[in-house]
Amino acid sequence: MAKSPRALPGFEISLGYTLTVLTLLLVLPLVACLFKAATLTPTEFLGAVWTKRAIATYMLSFGASAVAALINVLIGLLLAWVLVRYDFYGRRFLDALIDLPFALPTAVAGLVYSALLVKNGWYGQFLVPLGIQGAYSRLGIVIVLVFVGLPFVVRTVQPVLESLEGEAEEAAAMLGASRWQTMWRVLFPALQPSLMTGFALSFARGLGEYGSVIFISGNMPFKTEIAPFLIVARLEQFAYAEATAIAIVLMGMSLASLALVNWLERRSRRYAS
Amino acid sequence: MHPSGVRTKKSAGGLVADEPLWLRVLLIGAAYAVIGLLILVPVAYVFVQAFAEGWQGYVKNLWHDPDTRHSIFLTLTVAPLAVLLNTVFGLAAAWTITRFKFPGRTLLVTLLDVPFAISPVVVGLMFVLLFGMQGYLGPSLRQMGIKVIFAWPGLLLATTFVTLPFVARELIPLMESLGSEEEVAAVSLGASPWQLFWRITLPNIKWGLVYGIIQCHARAIGEFGAVYVVSGRIAGETDTMPLRVEKLFQEYNNPGSFAVASLLTLMALVTLAGKYMLERYIAQQMAATRENTES
Repeated sequence: MAKSPRALPGFEISLGYTLTVLTLLLVLPLVACLFKAATLTPTEFLGAVWTKRAIATYMLSFGASAVAALINVLIGLLLAWVLVRYDFYGRRFLDALIDLPFALPTAVAGLVYSALLVKNGWYGQFLVPLGIQGAYSRLGIVIVLVFVGLPFVVRTVQPVLESLEGEAEEAAAMLGASRWQTMWRVLFPALQPSLMTGFALSFARGLGEYGSVIFISGNMPFKTEIAPFLIVARLEQFAYAEATAIAIVLMGMSLASLALVNWLERRSRRYAS
Repeated sequence: MHPSGVRTKKSAGGLVADEPLWLRVLLIGAAYAVIGLLILVPVAYVFVQAFAEGWQGYVKNLWHDPDTRHSIFLTLTVAPLAVLLNTVFGLAAAWTITRFKFPGRTLLVTLLDVPFAISPVVVGLMFVLLFGMQGYLGPSLRQMGIKVIFAWPGLLLATTFVTLPFVARELIPLMESLGSEEEVAAVSLGASPWQLFWRITLPNIKWGLVYGIIQCHARAIGEFGAVYVVSGRIAGETDTMPLRVEKLFQEYNNPGSFAVASLLTLMALVTLAGKYMLERYIAQQMAATRENTES
């Protein structure tokens, strides 16, 4: 068939507008970022991103985000399971509340958690005597990152669990599988891709999170300083190129983790099918 | 519809051995504990702290502090503007991506997700590099009398960047699943592009659009990292509400900080209520149309 004219109007104008906005808002700033980093010699670049203080921030950002994302996988699986499989008083209320961390400004989360976890706060009065320091500690960072990333895993696992409808489980049970076997051999493989997506989203969010963490961490170099905070600190010293270099490392980390999980997810989908 | 009490939802067949009652109760209890400790108590605590000095203290903290008042006005100006920009952008992007095939379409979809992968602090940094006084474009814009960094245009740019994908990502799957038959039919019957949009496309996607706007707006109000970097945090000038929360916290003005935080929390709760009602409405609509087509 010959090329037919496009059936619907507005292709040129909508594509043009989309591309203009993306270029001005997204591509141009990214290019500026690379340009700025390119003004540094390789040695200067390394000198900016590979200091002891900078390495400590990467380790903390990476570690705290990973731990928080892992906790979110466990909590998220529990919540999704309970909300999809059981019918109980207050189910819809709980379901609606899950989205609160997305709607609540992260600064508010940081403020509240730091006030709750200090020595005479509602949580701190029980935890601090046990030696659990929530405020101004790495634990506090993990706690706020768990809060901020909570909805990701629930909302990626929930639809998958709903679509399973228990048929595969019924079949497995009829064929004589025990509950644990059904759980590990039937349910878990089906849920695994969505669990990984949830982990990745929560992890990437944690890496970049700033608003909530600065309230609770105390931002002490080598102890509770996260990578985004170091970027801001460098900016405030007008060390733009150094700030940009660290920013590029941080962006690389989150893009790499998202790409890795994308790949893992595709691989496990292939095995599943 | 849902009988209350602890019951599995698909017990009719009875083939699957349901979890024993104690396990169900344990799991549901754990879910309540997690949501209670992580979400409910913190929300309650915001209001307890905000009203620690009583209603009058609350009003004083919120309204009689000119810098706080200004931050409320600023947030309520910048956030809706960013939402407006992203609504137009989301419509254009979703129309382009779902209604036409062209080379580079997948790349465009991928680009839409980039704002989610970049730390808000880095977003702010990128705009400082472009528009700051030592930036690539800053000095020449300054000569034309345009100030971007440490001024509201910077706040708007940063907020728009961070919330860029929300409306588009809500609309793309929706418009994909709706298909374009109705629109093609309208065009072949002679509808103008304007009629096509207002009479066919918009009525079909309106609830998805509202949903996207709600989410975009919530995020725009709460944006912190990107705005923190580009604003310069000038009290009474470039402090938005979340920045005001941080500044009052640094000044050991806890009641003031919690007062602003309570207003932000209230907005978040309204957002949640709006989403919840919208979801129920859509479910009802869908059930109604299903009944109509079946009978």
